[in-house]
Amino acid sequence: MTEKVLLVDDEIDFVDTLAERMKTRGMNVSTSTSAKEAIKRVEEEGFDAVVLDLMMPEMDGLEALAAMKEKNPDLQVILLTGYGSVEKGVEAMKLGAMDFLEKPIDTASLAERIQKAQANRMILVEKKTEDKIRKIITGKGW
Amino acid sequence: MECKPDILGWNGLQFFGAISASISHEIKNVIAIINENAGLLEDYCFMAEKGKPIDPARMKAISEKVAKQVKRGDGIIRMMNRFAHSVDEPVRSVDLAELIALVVALNGRFAANKNVKVDVRPAEAPLLLSTNPFYLENLLFLCLQYAMESAGGGGVLTLTPEKSAEGFSITITGLADFPEPFPTRPVEALLEALDATLTADPASKSLTLALKR
Repeated sequence: MTEKVLLVDDEIDFVDTLAERMKTRGMNVSTSTSAKEAIKRVEEEGFDAVVLDLMMPEMDGLEALAAMKEKNPDLQVILLTGYGSVEKGVEAMKLGAMDFLEKPIDTASLAERIQKAQANRMILVEKKTEDKIRKIITGKGW
Repeated sequence: MECKPDILGWNGLQFFGAISASISHEIKNVIAIINENAGLLEDYCFMAEKGKPIDPARMKAISEKVAKQVKRGDGIIRMMNRFAHSVDEPVRSVDLAELIALVVALNGRFAANKNVKVDVRPAEAPLLLSTNPFYLENLLFLCLQYAMESAGGGGVLTLTPEKSAEGFSITITGLADFPEPFPTRPVEALLEALDATLTADPASKSLTLALKR
């Protein structure tokens, strides 16, 4: 199944090139250069994974992550850090990020994490469906 | 441990650290883009080995992107080099307009993060003064930080360097209010070291830094 991913970074040349590379790996890729726009798109379009830059103007990656997770708790977010800040990475994981990678990134590692993100999301969706069915069955007394 | 902090030294180090961190972040971004383009070339080579022809237009676009980043990286490093040489001599002759342009450029990422636009009104003639360039850069940076905080997201600040009766002035307009007591201790120390004065004008919502010739 094709992974649907949103790449978010204010560096347009970075995000465009990374998108092209992920597309050659068979992914369905969208891009955004603004955290605010990305939050809107996550709500409207739904993605398996969001790859989010930590340092962006207007709204940084951690703020965007918190806003995205608030409305989409199942969303899988991978943070990109510019200067290997482990503290920020840990903070991101506490806020619900799936993982974080340091720039310049290893594309194979990122592709692997996006695939893992899709699998994680599928598990969460299946679990939710199961819980819903179980609730209905219990409610009906079957 | 008892320590008597040297305000100018410690604050100067903080300024140097903040600028170095910002520059390193910019350089990382440049490297990240070059890295992705190198990776993309590798992807295309791999596909060519599998029989998919290479599109020369794509190769040209990648080469242009790399060249653009090399130019950008060169600009960042030149700026860093100029900044690093600010501490070479305690006092030397500087062109105020050039010094302002450097500080505004160094402040670029901070301004982008706060979504504040910083413009500089060009001076009509060279504004040469004898000063400690590092202290003046530090002072101007602190004034900009304060002004950006005041202007808030979407704000536009304009810096106007001019000749004055006693020397030179730099006026920063576009502030919204004056929320905190200003100048702070490091600013006071820098003003004293540079024999300069800083005045805030709530009516015109501006800050004016006056420097003696």
